[in-house]
Amino acid sequence: MLGINGKRLAVVALRRLNSTLAFIETSGSTITPASFATLTAAKQIGNPITALVVGSKAAEAATSLKQVSALSKILVTADGRFDHLLPEDLSALVVDIVQKDSDITHVLTPASAVGKNFLPRVGALLDLQPISDITKVESKDTFVRPIYAGNALATVKSKDKVILVSIRGSSFAPVELSDAQEVEVVSVKAPEAGNKAEFVSEELITSERPDLGSAARVVSGGRGLKSKEQFAELIEPLASSLNAAIGASRAAVDSGFCDNSLQVGQTGKVVAPELYVAVGISGAIQHLAGMKDSKTIVAINKDEEAPIFSVADVGLVGDLFEVVPELTKKIEDSK
Amino acid sequence: MSSKIRILVPVKRVIDAALKPRINKTNTGVESKGVKFSMNPFCDIAVEEAVKIKEAHKEAVESIHAVSIGPSKAQDILRTALAKGVDTSTLVDVGEQEIEPLQVSKLLKKVVEQKDSNLVILGKQAIDDDSNQTGQMLAGLLGWPQATNASKVVVEGDFVTVTREVDGGAETIRAKLPLIITTDLRLNEPKFVTLPKMMKAKKKPLEIVKPDAYGVTIEERLEILKVEEPPARSAGVKVSSVDELVSKLQELKAL
Repeated sequence: MLGINGKRLAVVALRRLNSTLAFIETSGSTITPASFATLTAAKQIGNPITALVVGSKAAEAATSLKQVSALSKILVTADGRFDHLLPEDLSALVVDIVQKDSDITHVLTPASAVGKNFLPRVGALLDLQPISDITKVESKDTFVRPIYAGNALATVKSKDKVILVSIRGSSFAPVELSDAQEVEVVSVKAPEAGNKAEFVSEELITSERPDLGSAARVVSGGRGLKSKEQFAELIEPLASSLNAAIGASRAAVDSGFCDNSLQVGQTGKVVAPELYVAVGISGAIQHLAGMKDSKTIVAINKDEEAPIFSVADVGLVGDLFEVVPELTKKIEDSK
Repeated sequence: MSSKIRILVPVKRVIDAALKPRINKTNTGVESKGVKFSMNPFCDIAVEEAVKIKEAHKEAVESIHAVSIGPSKAQDILRTALAKGVDTSTLVDVGEQEIEPLQVSKLLKKVVEQKDSNLVILGKQAIDDDSNQTGQMLAGLLGWPQATNASKVVVEGDFVTVTREVDGGAETIRAKLPLIITTDLRLNEPKFVTLPKMMKAKKKPLEIVKPDAYGVTIEERLEILKVEEPPARSAGVKVSSVDELVSKLQELKAL
């Protein structure tokens, strides 16, 4: 008996540790790359990490999460109600978890469309001010985040008791995976969310290409492509030759050259690939906000004054209708 | 029978979207003296959408009220909103202080209650702090459903169907009023304001109140330790042919 009591005491003492709750976004049972980046940020904060996965395939996702060595616990809400990740349900669940576990001092989520949708709602419900889209962890309570479309970096310190943070996926390397570990998996029942929107339908763009948000190479087209047909004729072969994802400027999206979800910039996706090729993109500050942390930037534009050349490592002033097919052929030939 | 719709549109005054902001000398923020300010582009889209909904549902929409929480100068953007077709407006004058989304949403909740609003349309984010939080927080405080990043809004009686921009495509959701909507860039194209409309807007109601009138004390949760320039990229090279481009990329190990 004494032994058991002693053990229980030890557990109680351990429970006083601060801990981080990391929301892991999944698509079916696949964990998104931004979620692995979020776990890296969680490791940098330094507390024991509890991961949360939701949805009808949450149990499968939890199994693959066991390959992350840093986790102390995995919470699973295997409930089909979460398949569309509605913010009313997600915020009610996270609020419930935080209220029941007083050790939680940090809640992290990828700064994806889903994360940005639910985390502020959690903030309102718990009277906390979240910190959006951080690019760096300075300490347990201090973070760096871009403001003004990435034209300034603000270092902010939170005074909140529980710190809510969304993580910019392109700023953190994905957490390393190892062999499956023994991790405690706990099933969590979700509370009723009450007033909520109902899911009607979705229209997702399916593509064989790498995902724009996490691709190592990105080829982006802008207004200079002139038409949807020319965008497809020039950008797609170049992207294929590089095994790159396709991106676009807002001008190209607004002109109907490609789908909205390909937009790179302040209001679209933020990417930081190894190689970013900007074709016929002038480089407005809103676009630069989404790609200027790329390792190598190539710009092809006929206007030598275009602002894109101020961030490009290699710039070629020329007619993209001649240059791009030639470049595509040379890359194919060099393989 | 469907109830009357009373729309609230919160708008923010921000440094004009086309300008590159300069960091101030004390590294505490961005220089605001002698800089052009405008209505946040996403808020402009929110105003436009409210006006479009009212035009399409004349019977159903009772009013559109705009509110801004900011300095006295934010009256300018409220006048612009009034000129675009908003009926009445309130400025919550907080002086030059930057206030955080949590405090903004607490104040907005009071305005929603005061105006008995049942549809709030906001921009998805302000292009200065880039937080993308206020709409979601207001929805949380009110306990209402939320439809963020809207690219299409269809009002039918008490129900609103919203198509949202999400990672990888679009998603459609449906909710009964009351509802919070935040606007994506693709929702609509805001019209320019004509001079006669601007003149008329001067006669429309613009009420100025202080935050204490709502019993909200503004407290900061985040302390800004510093604001800095992002690291500059080292100068690149210009090449004159595709061959040079390819060899340069090989040299940089990018190919």
